[in-house]
Amino acid sequence: MSLDSKELKAGRVEEKLVGSSFRRLEDPIFITKGATYVGDLEFDDIAHISFVRSPVASAKLKNVDVSEALSQPGVIAAFSAKDIEIPPITNWINKVIERPFLASDKLRFVGEAVAVVVGETKALVEDACEFVNIEYELTTPIIDPKKSANNEVSLFESCSTNIVASIEGGDFANSGEVIIEAEFSNQRLAPCPMEARAVVAKIDGEMLTVYISNQAPHSAKRSIGRYLSIDESNLRVITPDVGGGFGSKIGTYPEEILIPYIARKLNRTCRWVETRSESMVSLGHGRGQIAQVILGGDRDGKIRSYCLSVIQDCGAYPEIGANMPALTRWMTSGCYDIENVDFKSISVLTNTTPTVAYRGAGRPEAAYAIERAVDIFAAKIGMDKAEVRLKNFIDPKKFPYETKVGSTYDCGNYEESLKRVLKLANYEKLLAEKEKRIKEKSDFLLGIGISSYVEITHGFPAKEFGSVELIPGGKLSVKVGTLSHGQGHRSAISMIVSDITGVDPSNIDFYQGDTELIESGVGTFGSRSMQSGGVACKRAADMLVAYAREFVSKNLRVDPSEVEFSLREGGQFSVGSKYLGWSEIYSLAKNEGIELKASENYESSSPTFPFGAHLAVVEVDVKTGKVHLKDMFAVDDAGNILNPMLAKGQIHGGLAQGISQALYEEFIYDQDGNPLTATFADYGFPTAAEFPEFHDELMQTATPVNELGVKGIGESGTIGATPSVVNAVVDALSIYGITHIDMPLSPENVFNAITIAKESD
Amino acid sequence: MQIKLRVNGKSLDFDVEPRLLLVELIRDHVKLKGTNIGCDTTSCGACTVLINGISAKSCTVLAVQADGCEITTIEGIGTVEKLHPMQEAFYKHHGLQCGFCTPGMIMAGISLATELENPESDEIRLGIEGNLCRCTGYNNIVEAIKTGLAEMKQLAKNANIESHFDRKEIH
Repeated sequence: MSLDSKELKAGRVEEKLVGSSFRRLEDPIFITKGATYVGDLEFDDIAHISFVRSPVASAKLKNVDVSEALSQPGVIAAFSAKDIEIPPITNWINKVIERPFLASDKLRFVGEAVAVVVGETKALVEDACEFVNIEYELTTPIIDPKKSANNEVSLFESCSTNIVASIEGGDFANSGEVIIEAEFSNQRLAPCPMEARAVVAKIDGEMLTVYISNQAPHSAKRSIGRYLSIDESNLRVITPDVGGGFGSKIGTYPEEILIPYIARKLNRTCRWVETRSESMVSLGHGRGQIAQVILGGDRDGKIRSYCLSVIQDCGAYPEIGANMPALTRWMTSGCYDIENVDFKSISVLTNTTPTVAYRGAGRPEAAYAIERAVDIFAAKIGMDKAEVRLKNFIDPKKFPYETKVGSTYDCGNYEESLKRVLKLANYEKLLAEKEKRIKEKSDFLLGIGISSYVEITHGFPAKEFGSVELIPGGKLSVKVGTLSHGQGHRSAISMIVSDITGVDPSNIDFYQGDTELIESGVGTFGSRSMQSGGVACKRAADMLVAYAREFVSKNLRVDPSEVEFSLREGGQFSVGSKYLGWSEIYSLAKNEGIELKASENYESSSPTFPFGAHLAVVEVDVKTGKVHLKDMFAVDDAGNILNPMLAKGQIHGGLAQGISQALYEEFIYDQDGNPLTATFADYGFPTAAEFPEFHDELMQTATPVNELGVKGIGESGTIGATPSVVNAVVDALSIYGITHIDMPLSPENVFNAITIAKESD
Repeated sequence: MQIKLRVNGKSLDFDVEPRLLLVELIRDHVKLKGTNIGCDTTSCGACTVLINGISAKSCTVLAVQADGCEITTIEGIGTVEKLHPMQEAFYKHHGLQCGFCTPGMIMAGISLATELENPESDEIRLGIEGNLCRCTGYNNIVEAIKTGLAEMKQLAKNANIESHFDRKEIH
């Protein structure tokens, strides 16, 4: 890998920072002392909290006895459902379903919180948890979403059906000379941010301060305030550094509301730091979608119709996961111009960990379905996979393009991204190598997999806050309502603001994740941050320069048009031969009692649609079923790129998660709902040895949606990578007549597929 | 139990429970929070430190086992003003995002200098197999470690040359 574009040390330069691989401002502390996560914060006299969780997937809860735990050394308090005096969480998607803070009458999944123990040290609390006695009577669990859809057992007495959400299809009829039908599964995944959840609730008289590892602190504040009936002025939510989220930390979980509840009840500062084994079963899971597709097309390669039907596994309670099909629906027809498109879905309950958004959130599922279907179609009509795609792409001249399911793609050039990735990978040479190995009857077959993806970012445009204020010494204070949890927003936003004001990024104080300091905020998810908070800060910086110009003009008694502004010397206003820097302007304004500050609540008019093409090259050992990912090529376009080094970092991480879904990861339950992959020792978390070096190129088609021309880059890698890898493996095995293997493509699954194919031959 | 150990060059005495893990000693008693805990199965390596110069997962070592040892954590290798070559390389190559795995990853990278001579990327990938990262896809971490190791080697070479000249002068 090389850092394309110049490397710059922190330091204001004459040329613009935006577009350069400016090094991260976050890093110096992160690499010398480490970042500061919730678990790192020091408090006097803090109490520690642990949860006792359900050991079974489905049971009638008869009794929870915490008395023995209470008598253990160092224990301060213990709670079960009957001690919790706040009403249960009413579900947002289905008003009839309630989620108790601690399981009250039923146990609904392994990992559901049942009791809480509070004590003087973490070790003593964990010891005491062993003494909580749970009495229950097993009931039949439902683990398979298809069985759940058939209502073999009704999971909530208040509901007649396990289907908690659905999207109806429209009028649809297949068309085309060739019709292919297939079912693809997007297996359940554990998001696994390296920092699991953590909460500290600090009591200071009436004031409650909650420190939380979360992607959306302002909505966490709303949730905590609502359930604990705390006046907004007495509640502050702070997110210090957050060690990854990938969607799993968007919502506020019951545990995260319980910690402040208990702290208030005990009038003592309390901390909960989730263990990994706890996190694997109680932090929301991702994916869990079964797709049935019907694609119709002509023998000349033209796709005529496409229908996608989805069953979404919600887990035990309908959380954000229940709504994932809505996002899948937006991207149903992918990059293709198809006349006849339909989508329908149901979201069903099971006795498993609730599903939430996970990197890509509904869009990887859509891309996977159509990209697999197009490959099967291409194989069926005997046409090259790249050629079929090129035949069906939306014409770049047709943008903005409204799809048949009602998404309006802003801009794109799918043809160019595919052509570029084919060139980058040397496609023709790869095809020749593949044929050579088949001829030689090699046990190591080569497979080439292509995927062209388009996805939606900032899918729910909402107002985002950004402000820029001139502070002593001519420094700037920048505040934003988005919440970086690894993405490097401090760097990216400081670059934007520096380019406008001339102030060196090292003189920009950056604030996020504090509801006291930042008046409003939505947070970071759905790859929304630069196109919302980034634009808000850009506008605020523009306004600040305008305000300063006006101030200078009044001060020097000249017309504002006579005041020149330049980025030189850290930002300079000049009138004739007289120069004023930000520091002097601050002093002059302060003397007059004037604050120079600009803020913006920016609302984007619409989402944006990043796109790209990925190409995976695999070698499949047909004797063992082992897949070796030899090479991964990616061409991604997320509009204008603020910092190519950071953008590529996002793509790399996304590729790894996408590849890993294709080959390694799966959260598995047995038929009784026992998780079989509930630790890092059991779950297929990939290491560095599982990946090749990534070959990536950035394309930049500026979006007209916002003035920065930016789209989101956080999830693209994940969305494109998964189908390209699976397509590559199926491509390698096509000589056996194999058309599909469900993920993950583990040696076992691949070996079995080869064996079955050979037997039926 | 009484133990005596050195952490980042500082001699420290503790009276600890036998079950206390080294990572807990470092975080809760020495109050160095750079070393993280990312799992409970010795899988993730976020807690990697150097024990007598060799990388070890400090969640897998009891504090009492470290009695008499020299422990080096992320806080002990460089400062913002004077970065260790491995820190500089992570900075340069964007080898970190959320930062949680980073201290352990840097310590694991430094330890590779004692194990590998001019490592290829594949060897580095195998060498850091015990350290998990969810953000970066490892691409830039591998680049960073390669650069960091080369820099460390160069520094050691320079130091050797210098000490060689120093000795000459003494003679």
